[in-house]
Amino acid sequence: MVKEHDNLDPRGEQTLALRLRVWRQSRGAVGHFEDHALAAVPTSASFLEMMDMLNEQLIKEGKDTFAFDHDCREGICGMCSMTINGMPHGPLPGVTTCQLHMRNFRDGEMITVEPWRAKAFPVIKDLAVNRSAFDKVIQAGGFITVRTGSAPEANNTLIPKSVADEAMDAAECIGCGACVASCKNGSAMLFVGAKINHLNILPQGQPERERRTLAMVKTMDDAGFGNCTNYGECQAHCPKSITLDVIAKLNRDYLRARVKEFFSSTGKPRKGGD
Amino acid sequence: MKLESKIPAGPVADKWNNHKAKLRLVNPANRRKYHVIVVGSGLAGSAAAASLAEMGYEVSCFCYQDSPRRAHSIAAQGGINAAKNYQNDGDSVRRLFTDTIKGGDYRAREANVYRLAQVSTSIIDQCVAQGVPFAREYGGLLANRSFGGAQVSRTFYARGQTGQQLLLGAYSALSRQIGAGTVKMYTRHEMLDLVLVGGQAKGIVTRDLVTGEIKAWASDVVVLCSGGYGNVFYLSTNAQGCNVTATYRAHRRGAGFANPCYTQIHPTCIPVHGEDQSKLTLMSESLRNDGRVWVPKDKADCTKPASEIPEDRRDYFLERKYPSYGNLAPRDIASRAAKEVCDEGRGVGQVVDGKRLGVYLDFSAAIKRLGESAIRERYGNLFDMYENITGENAYRQPMRIFPAVHYTMGGLWVDYNLQSNIPGLFVGGEANFSDHGANRLGASALMQGLADGYFVLPYTVTDYLAGVGLTGRPSVDAPEFKAVVKDVQDRTQWFLNNKGNRSARSYHKALGKIVWEKCGMTRDKAGLEGAIRDLQALRADFWKNILVVGSGDQLAPELERAGRVADFLDFGIMMCLDALHRDESCGGHFRTEYQDAGEAKRNDEQFAHVAVWAWQGDGQLPVRHTEPLVYEDVQFTTRSYK
Repeated sequence: MVKEHDNLDPRGEQTLALRLRVWRQSRGAVGHFEDHALAAVPTSASFLEMMDMLNEQLIKEGKDTFAFDHDCREGICGMCSMTINGMPHGPLPGVTTCQLHMRNFRDGEMITVEPWRAKAFPVIKDLAVNRSAFDKVIQAGGFITVRTGSAPEANNTLIPKSVADEAMDAAECIGCGACVASCKNGSAMLFVGAKINHLNILPQGQPERERRTLAMVKTMDDAGFGNCTNYGECQAHCPKSITLDVIAKLNRDYLRARVKEFFSSTGKPRKGGD
Repeated sequence: MKLESKIPAGPVADKWNNHKAKLRLVNPANRRKYHVIVVGSGLAGSAAAASLAEMGYEVSCFCYQDSPRRAHSIAAQGGINAAKNYQNDGDSVRRLFTDTIKGGDYRAREANVYRLAQVSTSIIDQCVAQGVPFAREYGGLLANRSFGGAQVSRTFYARGQTGQQLLLGAYSALSRQIGAGTVKMYTRHEMLDLVLVGGQAKGIVTRDLVTGEIKAWASDVVVLCSGGYGNVFYLSTNAQGCNVTATYRAHRRGAGFANPCYTQIHPTCIPVHGEDQSKLTLMSESLRNDGRVWVPKDKADCTKPASEIPEDRRDYFLERKYPSYGNLAPRDIASRAAKEVCDEGRGVGQVVDGKRLGVYLDFSAAIKRLGESAIRERYGNLFDMYENITGENAYRQPMRIFPAVHYTMGGLWVDYNLQSNIPGLFVGGEANFSDHGANRLGASALMQGLADGYFVLPYTVTDYLAGVGLTGRPSVDAPEFKAVVKDVQDRTQWFLNNKGNRSARSYHKALGKIVWEKCGMTRDKAGLEGAIRDLQALRADFWKNILVVGSGDQLAPELERAGRVADFLDFGIMMCLDALHRDESCGGHFRTEYQDAGEAKRNDEQFAHVAVWAWQGDGQLPVRHTEPLVYEDVQFTTRSYK
């Protein structure tokens, strides 16, 4: 995507002149696109730094800035969330919006910037959305119950390296929601599958395995997320390259939990809760 | 200002256990009658909120991000230290303790550091039980690696994302409590003030960043775990939202601020590339295990590509100056050496502000020796990240690195119980000052955050609550709350109404430039005095010409930024003042007047103390108090890495 550029700033750095079409929406109101021109964007700037430049330009004109979510700007906190030219986190695979740099765009290009588009992620303002549904899914079961102070000696549990590595692959999820935003169904199954895979394959996660799976899936459904129909867009846009097999394993664990629930049911309410 | 450290008597190894046995308890049936406010949801905040809620207290936790999982603890890469001695290489609680005291250049409180080393082992147990996927050996046991400033392998890690995994562990514990209804979580809420009733911390005032609502919250105790102040420098490795407001607002209400001049500059960050840059990115310190740091010997070579500079025209300055530690010299020392060669005009890379601020980190020798695939296996993700940001392939040409602000050792003053000088105000994690002295060792920040949150605050907060008793917390209708709410409303309205012409970001950049140049890697008297004058002028200009766009009833990033920059401006003055009055060099605080041929020269006679600043009123300079550092167990020595 990197192209030769004619524009150079005084320090000899290549710059771009851009046309930007950015989503503008107040809380509770209907949104619309706004067009802006932005000159002299260094190719070394990150996409969010380009948005900072646009906002500074708007302040100079006395206009309101575009609100967008961002924090660590090093690809790990999961807060940044822009749909760029129709693609969550933009055109580069395996990176968050904050790690996307302007050298991946062309001089004179028109760039469309939108928020995550998903029923379960309502827009708060402009490019910022409410992703608290993800937190609710974790609160329902995305944990191992262990009270502070009650943990056994760490090396008492042997965990094969391959299992620890597999858990880590899934645990890398940053909870940004690009999977949901890229899915036609607005499905959160890559996110939920990643957490289920992380905890359900570790020995520490076994006692709550079925309970966790059922509770997380139920909360996911209640929050308005859609179902997976194997488009695979989530995998293509995941900045941490989490793969579809976590969804397959989520389905397997869900089935297993439902079957176990069915056969262990006596029809009577259980003593001591579930 | 009354500064009682409340360090328990007895040998250092017994202090914490003896103290714990004497701390008061609260009957389980009564715990739910107490309301605890926790501000911040990083390692310290999440861990404290979850632990206190498990015990039965009613907890409210606040964070400015959209989810507690985003707190900046998540960005820590390297690892977490613990004195497990799994490697059988001679580690012990005592050795972790002495390494940390020495690493802090004898400016940390001995008893606190010993406790930190003691509870470090429980942290690993806790995290493993939560499902944190630490690296493992083929036999299934936990793996360790070595890290700067230690001769043993005591660092536990989860790839290059240890902070992420530990935070997600603490977040899962917190989430469990939120799901159970014992913690009420308020995201996108920023604490804008502290409320004192009868001299005790009894609540906070927040702004809901989504609706703009300014609201008071009453509690029996307030726990601040709101992180460090590295963003005073504008460019740092901190997240964009990291700010000093919560701690500075508490300072304005009477809490002492300790050692604000102790800041850590990390040597291996990607250099500044332009005026519009917002963030500096850290490259893990582990790269120095295989990379060699150099600059051209001759200024004339600085514009040439690295490949055209022959071996005999390169200056491997760390290997030259510190032959025994070489490229693995500690953070503060490696950072200063890089600055020195760049100041001589021998830096490489882009010119920013008339200087080339970068040195090479060269892997060609290691690639030749071990092969590219071995290097890819060790550092592949870092090389990818580097290429993402710079567009350069570090397998083909050396990386360029430069030091950047990374961590702040100073913070609100706390006693041994992590209670500030305001009764009922506790401070944990990077927000307090107590454990790292003048320089923090690698892999110690995660350890301290979790130690405070899981294993110290639950005991000491309980002791405080037992002492307060069930006298009933004040109502938010009390005049004290109303007055503070009005203060916050007035200030917010002032920002929105002011007819200025300059953005908060531009003030923040100007502030950062002043403190980076005058109160950064090296400091001197004249520079600091000038910086204080410049900052006072900048502050006056800010309060005249700041322009805040947006409205107060919805998400208003410019309003948030203006409030934070206002506090950073005040804070920057205090930081320079602290650096000016510490007439010695220690750890990350390097005064050019006090050195032995480039090495920091401490003055233990006069400065073996904590400097604690007390607020005196708007526009007034704060006043300096001291808490002497008494070393009962360790002896002062000079750090040397030659």
